[in-house]
Amino acid sequence: MPVPEILEFFIDPSRCIGCQSCIQACSECDTHKGQSMIQLDYIDRERSTQTLPVVCMHCDSPTCAEVCPADAIKRTEDGVVQTARKPRCIACNNCVLACPFGVPKMNTRMNLMMKCDMCYDRTSVGLKPMCASVCPSQALAFGTRAEMAKLRPRSRPVNTFQFGRQTIRTKVNVMVPLEQVRETVDVTAAMFEPTIGHDVLDDVFRSEGDA
Amino acid sequence: MIHEFGPTRAYAKDIRVDTGVAPDRSVKTHCCFCGQQCGIQLQVKENTIVGIEPWYDFPFNGGMLCPKGVKRYLQQGHPDRLLHAYEKDAAIPSGFRKLPYEQAIRRVADAIERIQREHGRDAFAILSGASLTTEKTYLMGKFAHMCLRTANIDYNGRLCMVSAAAGNKKAFGIDRAANPWSDILDARVIIVAGANVAECAPITTNYIWQAREHGAKVIVVDPRITPLARTCDLFLPIKPGRDVALFNGILQLMIENDWLDHDFIRQHTVGFDAVAAQVSEWTPRRTAEVTGIAEKTLRQAAEWWGLAESSFLMHARGIEHHSHGVQNVLGAINIVLASGRIGRPGSGYATITGQANGQGGREHGQKCDQLPGGRDLGKPEHRAYVAQVWGMSPDELPQPGVDAYELLRKAHSGEVRGLLSICFNPVVSLPDNNFVRAALEKLDFFVAIDFFMSETARYADVVLPGSLQEEDEGTVTQVEGRIIRIRQAVECPGEARQDWRIIQDIAKALGRERGFTFESPREIFDELRLASKGGVSDYSGVTYERVEEHFGVFWPCRSDTPDGPPQPSPQGTLRLFEPGSWNPVANGAGPFYFPDGKARFNATPYVGPTEDVDATYPVILTTGRVVSHFLSGNQTRRIGPLVDHYPEPRLEIHPELATRLGIATGDWAIVESRRGRCTLRASVVHTIRPDTVFIPYHWGGRKSVNQLTIAAQDAISKIPEYKVCAVRVSKAEAPEYAEALEPQQ
Repeated sequence: MPVPEILEFFIDPSRCIGCQSCIQACSECDTHKGQSMIQLDYIDRERSTQTLPVVCMHCDSPTCAEVCPADAIKRTEDGVVQTARKPRCIACNNCVLACPFGVPKMNTRMNLMMKCDMCYDRTSVGLKPMCASVCPSQALAFGTRAEMAKLRPRSRPVNTFQFGRQTIRTKVNVMVPLEQVRETVDVTAAMFEPTIGHDVLDDVFRSEGDA
Repeated sequence: MIHEFGPTRAYAKDIRVDTGVAPDRSVKTHCCFCGQQCGIQLQVKENTIVGIEPWYDFPFNGGMLCPKGVKRYLQQGHPDRLLHAYEKDAAIPSGFRKLPYEQAIRRVADAIERIQREHGRDAFAILSGASLTTEKTYLMGKFAHMCLRTANIDYNGRLCMVSAAAGNKKAFGIDRAANPWSDILDARVIIVAGANVAECAPITTNYIWQAREHGAKVIVVDPRITPLARTCDLFLPIKPGRDVALFNGILQLMIENDWLDHDFIRQHTVGFDAVAAQVSEWTPRRTAEVTGIAEKTLRQAAEWWGLAESSFLMHARGIEHHSHGVQNVLGAINIVLASGRIGRPGSGYATITGQANGQGGREHGQKCDQLPGGRDLGKPEHRAYVAQVWGMSPDELPQPGVDAYELLRKAHSGEVRGLLSICFNPVVSLPDNNFVRAALEKLDFFVAIDFFMSETARYADVVLPGSLQEEDEGTVTQVEGRIIRIRQAVECPGEARQDWRIIQDIAKALGRERGFTFESPREIFDELRLASKGGVSDYSGVTYERVEEHFGVFWPCRSDTPDGPPQPSPQGTLRLFEPGSWNPVANGAGPFYFPDGKARFNATPYVGPTEDVDATYPVILTTGRVVSHFLSGNQTRRIGPLVDHYPEPRLEIHPELATRLGIATGDWAIVESRRGRCTLRASVVHTIRPDTVFIPYHWGGRKSVNQLTIAAQDAISKIPEYKVCAVRVSKAEAPEYAEALEPQQ
């Protein structure tokens, strides 16, 4: 059974509390027990507790599959990009290097690229993925657009991303503030600027010192 | 000893990672850790829990779980699990040798009998815990008061819930969250004071943020920018130990601007005028000076709170773990009462319980001054009722005893000679724990019931193998006051026994079996229903069936009284203090639990922390939890993936202070107080006040921050002052333990 089209995945980094529940739950998934396909990192722990969970975005036209010389990465009809097929994967790492979101990971022990398949065993039978089920802050959420619109009136889902000249549409949505304009991610710009500007935090504690 | 008993890290392997294994059954139960008590399904194959599945239908968490909940199952079938009774034997490397269970029980009974005969009944003491089911906590109280007839029983809620409990009783006459969590969703202003919700009560995060999606303003009071504070609407970076000053300052601004509910204050409260007079000195300027919060921030907080249509105030150990913890709680309650926003949908107040049964565990008689139903051991009519249920004379009941820490002081001084502990790891969890170790070493006889060899059990003469939460039936009462069912998923391994059976075995070996012949937790619960009947914490109308049918029942919940007051709804009393509601203390006079039905404003004079900083110890130390560990870590430090997430305690220190001391992230630092020292790695972060450092407390031995903390206690609640003491910090070389021990050890 395909994953119903009406059910979608939503990521809201502003809600992430860095608890790693998603990582722990991912490794409970029946198809890859003991291994997590999610990465969660502090953006800059010295400056902030902000963390970011990264799951596969399930691109309409997946770069990982496009660069795979062995045609090992398949996208199912319902738009879910699957882990590399074991008989085909040659562990060349092309997908790992090419994915604009940095998702696929090489399992060197198994010589196999592994990535999030949106808990296909669950979502294809009407259940939520493990990570979006457990996420205590619902930074990772799974449901319909209508449900999300009701639950998150201050945000809207975005699923088109611009990387330089490459436009990528994904099955997974990122929640952004309503007024947010589309951002183009330009690597060269980031090379000359700090990745985060958190002067706000210092202000909070400086005001105390002045008092 | 570590070689034999751990802590070692367990990971999923064998049957637990074999994707071809289908579980035999799913057991709908709850997490064993915090007071949220999330619904969870344990996947069981034969006698092994092989994984978890979200329990989507349980309304409180709807399938959500924190990482501890997800990995909790790895504590079962753990290589460190105690499968036998042990007795101390210094001659062998592990320090303990196996003892047949019956023989161990005999040894315990003989020791109790001898110590009580030679030194008096109170010379044998009990330390119990609030992670036990309510049935077990009831039995522990009954065992102390009826079987041993010792005054000396107390529990680890003494380090957790007692300031909130005392404050709630003084202000409301009842000690329970006033509202179900669903009320948070409709609140327009939410104050979270001293609660690292995202790490210590993660599921509550979604309630708060869901409220914010619909316009709520979130105000966080904390010395650290916690994950919840990161995106809050207003952050009040309070200096540790100054909480009541903040609440007094907010109340003063409410009065000054007439942001008060005069009708509510007149009709439903007493004592406002005296409190108003007392807070008049708390001008914004003075409040800012004491609390370290900017004046404009204070004014903004007071304005939002004062003008809110609906609101929810919640707090936790951050304001409670103080030598003036009760005052802090009362200060918070004062601003709630002045607003009149309590006892209605979308407006309320709650403390966030810490332990699994932090609520139920403090209601039914394992507190030093308490009898079942929230009754008082010091009140003749309460003694008479419970004595009648137990079939004994009220005169045979002991008088109220002393708190857990005082009990250990008595052990140190020789007044208490014997101790039984269960579900309590004071060597890690009590402040100034070098003293705790010395006290345990002085005991003539110490028996610990545990499922792992905790740091405290290592001091025992006899260790009895108890049960994990998933090995027994029962109920607990979670953060909202909702009584829920804990289901047995697996059998106890080896010679391990369910804790209530062990207690009954001891009673039998003492020849004092009467009253301790229960065949099941349900039988204990049925007696508890009767023993709590008519008390404030009335469970008499609660049955296992009713709990299961309605996803829990909120106490108070009376049994049928055809001619009496109206019955609570099938789910019990969801919300306290609703206009027109009945309770047994006010008997119709009003919604609060006092004879006149009115809530109490309490004077809340500010007194600073017991130990302030000075030239020798110039830095404030505060302590708390991290998301992947729980309390003393006896369980979570054995679960591999949770250890990997946060392996060892780290010192959080602001760059301003760190630069001055020449400390960079990853460097070793030594933190010293007047009581002890601890060497650990630093984490330099902008998310903490520059005058304060933070260390989480889940580790034992040389990694334990409680070597440093102060054993000062609140005069009323006796809670220790974990959240503020004075230390000095300096750069250090790697300690010896760095090479010798694994992170969790």
